[in-house]
This record gives sequence, C-alpha cells and structure tokens, in this order.
Amino acid sequence: MKSFNFKSATNTKEAAKLVSGRATFLAGGMSLLPAIKLRLAAYSDLINIKKIKGLSGIKVSSKSIKIGATTTHAEVAGSKEVGKSIPSLAVLAEGIGDPQVRNRGTIGGSIANNDPAADYPSACLALNATIHTSKRKIAADKFFKGMFDTDLKKGELIESIEFEVPEKSAYAKYPNPASRYAIVGVYVAKLKDNVRVSITGAGSCVFRSIEIEEALSSNFSPSAVDNVNISSKGLNSDIHASAEYRAHIIKVMTRKAVSSC
Amino acid sequence: MANLIGARIERKEDKKFLTGKGRYTADINLANQTYAYFVRSPHARAKITKLDHSKAMKAPGVIDIFTGDCVVKDKIGGLICGWKIVSQDGKDMKCPPHPVLAKDSVNFVGDHVAVVVAETLEQAKNAAELVNVSYKLQKAVTRTEEATKFENIHEGIDNNLSFDFLLGDKGKTEEAFSKADKIVKLDLVNNRLIPNAMEPRAAIGDYNTSSDELTLYTASQNPHLDRLIMSAFNAVHPEHKFRIVAPDVGGGFGSKINVYAEDVVVAYASKKIGRPVKWVAERSESFMSDNHGRDHVTHAELAMTNDGKITGLKVDTIANLGAYSLVLAAVTPTYLYAPLVLGIYDIPVACCTVKGVYTNTAPTDAYRGAGRPEATYVIERIVTQAAKEMGMDQAEFRKKNFIKKFPHQQCLVHNIDSGDYDAHLDKAIELADYKNFENRRSQSAKKGKLRGIGFSTYFEACGVAPSAVVMSIGAGVGLWESAEIRFNPTGNVSVFTGTHSHGQSHETTFAQIVGDKLGVAIENIDIVHGDTDKGPFGMGTYGSRSLTVGGTAIVKACDKIIAKGKKVAAKMLEGKPEDIDFKGGEFILKNSNKKKTIGEIAFACYLPGTFGDVKSPLPEGVEPGLIETSFFDPSNFSFPSGTHICEVEVDEETGETKLVKYTVVDDFGTVINPLVVEGQVHGGVAQGVGQALYENAHYDESGQLTSASYMDYTMPRADNFPQITLDYTCTPATSNPIGAKGCGEAGTIAAPAAVMNAVIDAVGSDVSMPATAEKVWKVLKKNGSKKAAA
Repeated sequence: MKSFNFKSATNTKEAAKLVSGRATFLAGGMSLLPAIKLRLAAYSDLINIKKIKGLSGIKVSSKSIKIGATTTHAEVAGSKEVGKSIPSLAVLAEGIGDPQVRNRGTIGGSIANNDPAADYPSACLALNATIHTSKRKIAADKFFKGMFDTDLKKGELIESIEFEVPEKSAYAKYPNPASRYAIVGVYVAKLKDNVRVSITGAGSCVFRSIEIEEALSSNFSPSAVDNVNISSKGLNSDIHASAEYRAHIIKVMTRKAVSSC
Repeated sequence: MANLIGARIERKEDKKFLTGKGRYTADINLANQTYAYFVRSPHARAKITKLDHSKAMKAPGVIDIFTGDCVVKDKIGGLICGWKIVSQDGKDMKCPPHPVLAKDSVNFVGDHVAVVVAETLEQAKNAAELVNVSYKLQKAVTRTEEATKFENIHEGIDNNLSFDFLLGDKGKTEEAFSKADKIVKLDLVNNRLIPNAMEPRAAIGDYNTSSDELTLYTASQNPHLDRLIMSAFNAVHPEHKFRIVAPDVGGGFGSKINVYAEDVVVAYASKKIGRPVKWVAERSESFMSDNHGRDHVTHAELAMTNDGKITGLKVDTIANLGAYSLVLAAVTPTYLYAPLVLGIYDIPVACCTVKGVYTNTAPTDAYRGAGRPEATYVIERIVTQAAKEMGMDQAEFRKKNFIKKFPHQQCLVHNIDSGDYDAHLDKAIELADYKNFENRRSQSAKKGKLRGIGFSTYFEACGVAPSAVVMSIGAGVGLWESAEIRFNPTGNVSVFTGTHSHGQSHETTFAQIVGDKLGVAIENIDIVHGDTDKGPFGMGTYGSRSLTVGGTAIVKACDKIIAKGKKVAAKMLEGKPEDIDFKGGEFILKNSNKKKTIGEIAFACYLPGTFGDVKSPLPEGVEPGLIETSFFDPSNFSFPSGTHICEVEVDEETGETKLVKYTVVDDFGTVINPLVVEGQVHGGVAQGVGQALYENAHYDESGQLTSASYMDYTMPRADNFPQITLDYTCTPATSNPIGAKGCGEAGTIAAPAAVMNAVIDAVGSDVSMPATAEKVWKVLKKNGSKKAAA
C-alpha cells in the first residue's frame, strides 16, 4: 500500500472540504483498502467519515426505512425494525461477505462503490430507494450509472438511503463459488404501485428487468417467468459463468425469490 | 507408558498453532533486515530486449537491485530437475536452462526477472514499479494438448517435448487387446491445480560477514535437501558454512519441496549486501509462482473378457510440465504415475506412455499425491465405465478383478506386500448403506435432485523410498531417513528427525512412538526438526514417508538406546546384558526383583562413577553419553489402499452439485494416532473434492492466469461438506517394523474419482473436472432435461 494521509471529518461540510485533490472518503474500507493494498488505487488522503454524527442509524416509518450511510451490514442484518418491515433487506445484508466484512462494511460505501456484483444496489433499485446526499436527493433509478460509476459528484457524500416499504419482497442470490459475490442476484419487490425487479452480478451494472416486471405484474407467481425470454446479450461472461448461463440463472433466481416472497 | 500406539492423543502442537503462537518465517525479524520485492514477468512469453533499473536505483530506500546479468556474473547456478528420466528411445529428458533471475527470456506470467532490495517493503515495491523492462512479445502456448504442435518455446527442445516415456510391454498389451472380447475407451482431463498452502512461501537470507556463515530461513518441507541443492548446484554457499532453518511451516502439499528462485536470490542478495534480506510471498505471487499440480490429458483403454475379467490396460498421457522442469517435475507424471494406473486389479499386461511437454505456464511438480491421484483417476474412472458397459454392479465388478493374494508382483513395477481389498470394500459398502441407495435416489428425485453414487477403490505406493531402486531410475539422491535420540542427563529426551512437520503432527505421533518404545512420558519427549544445524542429514517430508521411513529410523535408534541401556543396566544390577529385559521404561534382571529405570540408566551414562549414594559405573568399553543415531533405508515402498464411496445430489435447474454422503475405509496398516490420521484423511478428501468440483488453474489464450486470487480460484470450504464417515481395516506393512503404510495423501488420491463417478452416475453422461455448475447444467440441457432448459 502506498502511504497516504489519514484524516477524520466530524461533519459533512468538513468532509467535503477535506476531500479535495487526490483524496477520497473512507467508510468501512472493505473494498477501498484492498484496492489500495493491491495498488489498484492510490490516494493522497483518506477522509474518515465514520466519526460524523448522524450518518449512522436506522429510521423506520410506515412507508419507508431510512438507513444512514455508515450503518454497517451487520447492523442492518440484526435490526429488528428492518427484519419486521423489509425482511428481505435484512436477509440481503446477512449474506454480504463474511462476518468481518459485515462488521466493518457500510451501506453507503457499498452503493458508492457500485461493484457490478454487490448486493445493495439491487435493493436500491427494487425498493425504489432515494439516495440522500450532502447536496441533493437522487432516485436510485438515476444513481447507478455503470461499472463502479454513480451519479455522485466529487466531494458529494451519501448521507442516507431511503427504501420504500414493499407489500412483499425477496432477494435470491446465486453466489460465485470462489468469491461468493453474486453471479446473479435477483431482488423482487411488489410495491404499492408496481412490481420492480432488479438484477445484480449479471451485467456490468445493476439493472431492472422490464420483461420480468411485466410478467410478474400480471401474475405474481414463480411460473410467471417460465415464458419470459431473458436475452444473454450484454450479460457478463467469465470463467465462472457464461452469459447464457447467467440468463438462465436469472430465471431460476427470480422463481426462487418470488416463491419466498 | 504402554499402549501409546493407536492412542487417540490430542496434538501437542495444537496449543501453539490454535492460539496464534506458531513461529513462521514471516514472524522472524532480524536486526538490520532489508526487504526484497521481485519484478515478475507480466507476459507469458517474451524476449527481454532491455532492462533499465537506473531510475529505480535512485528511489528512496533502495539498497541494490539484482538482475539476470548479476547472477550470471556471480556464477549462481540455475534451478534444477532433481530426478531425470529417460525416454523410450533411450535418450535423456530435455531440460531448458532455468536461471534464478531471467536473462534473455521469460516463459510464464510470474517468471522472476529482477529483485529490488530496500530498507522497507513499500520502498522496494515503489522502486520495483520504476524498473523498466522492455519485452518483445511472442506467441504463448498454455494448453497441454497443443504443446507438441506449437513452435519451440525453448531453443533445442523440438515439439516442446521434454520426454516420451514408456512403461510396460507394448507388444504383449497389443496382443491382449487383439484377443479382447470387449474394449472400453475413455478420454480424461486431469485439471491443473494450485497448492494453496495456508502459509505463503517466505525466505530470509542472513549472511554473517564475520563468520562467513550463511543462514536461510525458508518455508520448506526438506531443509537438508535445499542446502544440498543450493550448495552443489546453485553455488550459493558451501554446505558446511550454510544453515537452513525451516521453522513452523503452514502446509506444503509438495509445493515447498522445491528450491525456488526466491530462496536462492535472498541468500545471494544477503551475501552481496551483508545484511539480512527478507521476502514473503503475497498470495497472488503464490498463485502465480508456486509449483502447480496435475494437468494431464489422457486416453485410456481397458480390455476385458465377456464375463468382465480385465485382460489388459493401455494408457497414453500428455503431462504439462509448465515452463521449466522443477525438482520432481519429471518423476511425478512418470514413475509416480504410470505404475499406479493398474490400481488394485489383477491386470496381466499393461503399458503406459507419458509425453512431458513444456508450455508457457507456471512449472508443475509434486502436489499432494503426486502422480497417484492422476493414476487413480484413470483406473477408477475406466473401471466404473467398464462395469456400467458390462451391466455389472460397481462393487462386484471390482471384486471380480481385485488382487487376492499377497505378495503380488504387478505387471509394471510394484510388488505389493500386503492388503485385503475385499475387506475395505465390504466394510465401506456396509457403512455407506449401499443396499438402500436406490431408495435414497428416489427420495432425492422427489426434491427435484439427481442423486448419484461413486466408488473409488484406490491404492498408492508411498513410504518413499528404497534408495537403490529410485537411484536406478534417475533419482539424484537416496530416500532413506535419519533419526537421533538424545537422552539428556535429567532423563528427558530430544528426538531429531530428518523429516519435517508442516501439518503432519510429528511432534505428537513421533513422541508416541518413542514414549511407547522407551517408556518415557510423551511430555518429556521433544521432537526436533527443520534445522540443518541441529539433527543429522535427512530427506524431509513428502510422499507419505515420514512415519514409514522416518518413524522407522526413530524405532531403530530407540533399539540402539535399549541395547546400550541393557549393557549399563547389567553392570549396575550385577547381571549379564542378555539377562536384562526392557519393558515399560525399566531394565529388569531376569528372575529377580532388581531393576533400573531408563532415567537412572541415562543418568549413569552421563555421570559414570560415584555421586553421593548413587553408584553408576559404566561397564568396561562402554562410552559415556546416551545418544544414538540411525539411518533407515526401506526395502520396498508401502501400499496403503482403501475404498471411498461418495454420494452427490445435483440440482437439475442450476447444475450445482452437492456432496451429501461420504464414506471412507482405509487400510493404512498400523495406525499410531487415529485422531491425527482422521485429520489427514479429512483434509485429503477436501482437497480431492476441491479438484473434482471446484478448483481449476485457468490460463487464458494469451497466457494470463485468470484464477490468480481467491476471488476466482474456488477452494473447497467447510459448508461444501457433509460429515465424513471414516473407518479402518488393517493389514500391516511388511517393509517396516512399525507396520505402517502412510496416510498423508490417500484422501486426495481417492476422492476425485469417487466424486466424479458419483456426478456422472447422477447426470448420466461424462463431465470433466472440475464439475462446475455451469458444466453440469450444459450436460443436463444437452441430455434433454426440461428443468435445465426452463
């Protein structure tokens, strides 16, 4: 790891000020630090945002759950409120990485990184989330722009993520046997107004499957996807799974998710 | 102290390892230490046209940088193939030069090009980025079956063929096939694996400019052999001034047998700069540059009579040696492989050819089982296929062809001294509840799972090895083993073994042997290994040899202690040595109640005379001290065998295979500590299952290793396994006085065939290793499975 300056911010304004030049925010560090250690990334300064008050914690209302950016996966997984109103979100958090990662890694860090195989981005899309930042509110549909790319501007800090409470929802992950990231992760949510289905791991960035959403809107049952044609075009192909296999697994995981809703 | 043999004693070494107190090479830090970082080739094959390190030399903290030119100038020898074999045309195998730092060309991704030595590791890494190497890229070959058709990657080695080996009688085998009623044919791939020891390799060179002594701390399975090679071939330092310490070593699996470039280079660099030089592999370096294992492509044919009696076997294999030939690279796919393709069947004639080929991949060498897993995979797959084609029961077909009488001279090499193959198969069938398998298959089908069952009735040749035999077929050393027993004056015992424990539990099992033999409490016995300055020369640990060969040397040294003790006791007890019995740690004069403990005898040996009330004069002609050394050279290999029965469930929708039942019955001869043996079998099975279902070293077309981290190289994990049912049968080995046969590799040898036979039984057609979910799904889809297509 190349050496860097470590600074802690106590509020979001200070954080924005400190993050100038070749600096970046550090939350849990579960992706950033390995990247630095592997020399895939190098920064002059890491700005610790874990000391900023109010960035962590879970607020529940009847319509939404708002989770602070530095809330850890373990906190979400263990939250009674989350378990009660959006149990699939707690299940998702419980399935991220290993206990060490869940105890350090944060929801804000995960979506800011936007790893194509990360779990949380699929929850944001399916649960019609709103990303609250230090500058504005961003709809999840506009937030995830591409592989490791988001709508965040330099110095813009995620403060919280607000998820819509669905009528029912489930997340089904088909893990990579080596890394146990998602080869395909399907998040299915039946919201008040519509059905949303998002897919992670299969493409270069998390995406919604309109075909599956339409099929489930008219018939919310596992067999609804049987006749949906999932194209393998544009899906990832690697040593673990071809695009063709991923397309097939999307259907298998969708059925699994719907049947556990 | 009696009955320590066979006792389930908890490991003495557990306390330190489980509480994080192990002391590995990386834990050692020396005063004034510097850090090495290697510049490695990012290309699979290239000519080095220019290497400019002037900028790097000026980087902060850099002490020196060494390149291929430096090692040539200082006459540091290249890495060697330690066991050279001869092709069927009588010509010696061809080995390309393998410099410790590349001079003109690189031949695999990770090939060692230069080393930066700096005050800190970060400085060394920063400077390494400034070393400017210009490469002229060349086309690379990585695939085993393509190597002989590719342009020569090494000058003077035509068709990239190192050797074309033949074992057996081709003519007689062809004759048997021409008379056969039925011939079964099979094409097999034995996938390339990366050993993945928990502790990455590490080395510290420490040259003492005052005494001219060089110490190398290194994660090695065989420190004396390393010293011999590095003195005699790499010309690093003379043997008598050279100490190698292999402290706690976190797993080897064969990958720590070799002397590696990094070992030689840190030792050399320390001499050059006069300071300790430390290198610890990063995990990605381990993936790239540890020796890999397996990587065979094979065609096999089995000849049979109409009633299912095997009459002949033909095996043709291409073995991928990688870019260079390492220490055991040639013997592993030849003498450790070809004789074993016969399995435990009474096969009258056979022949096996092996072409060893060079490619632009990491060099391969011994990996847990070394040749024997590959051989077992061939015979156990084809025997299963044969039984199926004959419409015979798996177990019955095997029994019909088992060797029944011992000793049995096989038609290729081995003379098997003992065994009872029906016994372990019968016991395993019982334990696995084979008779109710079809019920379980129907139950699984109700859940939408395809259930399959697979057998692997394996044997192996281990306890390596009779020196005269191995040296007659090319081994550069004998494979005897040493032991020294040192009684200390206060009665406790230091036992020096030439073997090395890096997970094998020698500190416990060897103490059990000595405790049982000499009647000393095991807490008063210390097993010492891993330091060339401490015990006598020894050959190290691999090939399941430590107990059969090293343990026997210990037994023989104990016998010498007892013999001397009897002479001393006779004098003290006023009898004759032939009238002294030794039992439970006591020397007893026959027909009397006069006795001396072995502690009293040891005391007498060190204080021969009168000391207060104690009178302990030594007999005339007996030297003081109680230290005995023994070197044991076995008369034969040992031949453990056993039965593995595996059951899997395959998910028809995803193609995912889950291990649901696994039964093992082994005949390891005499077992010293079942707890330790079961640990070895569990670990071995896990590695074998890893090969069958998960692990694969994958190179892409350009020669990049695309499975170079745990993100992409799938290791088996605890949640992949059911509880393994284990049991034993016992026919003691006759080639060593303990009766032990060796257990370290058996799990890895047997498991791949058992698992794959089960997967193939479940899906109904051939699948290659590793049987990944997608591969199985494609087969199911091709076979018309509606669920796989949906």
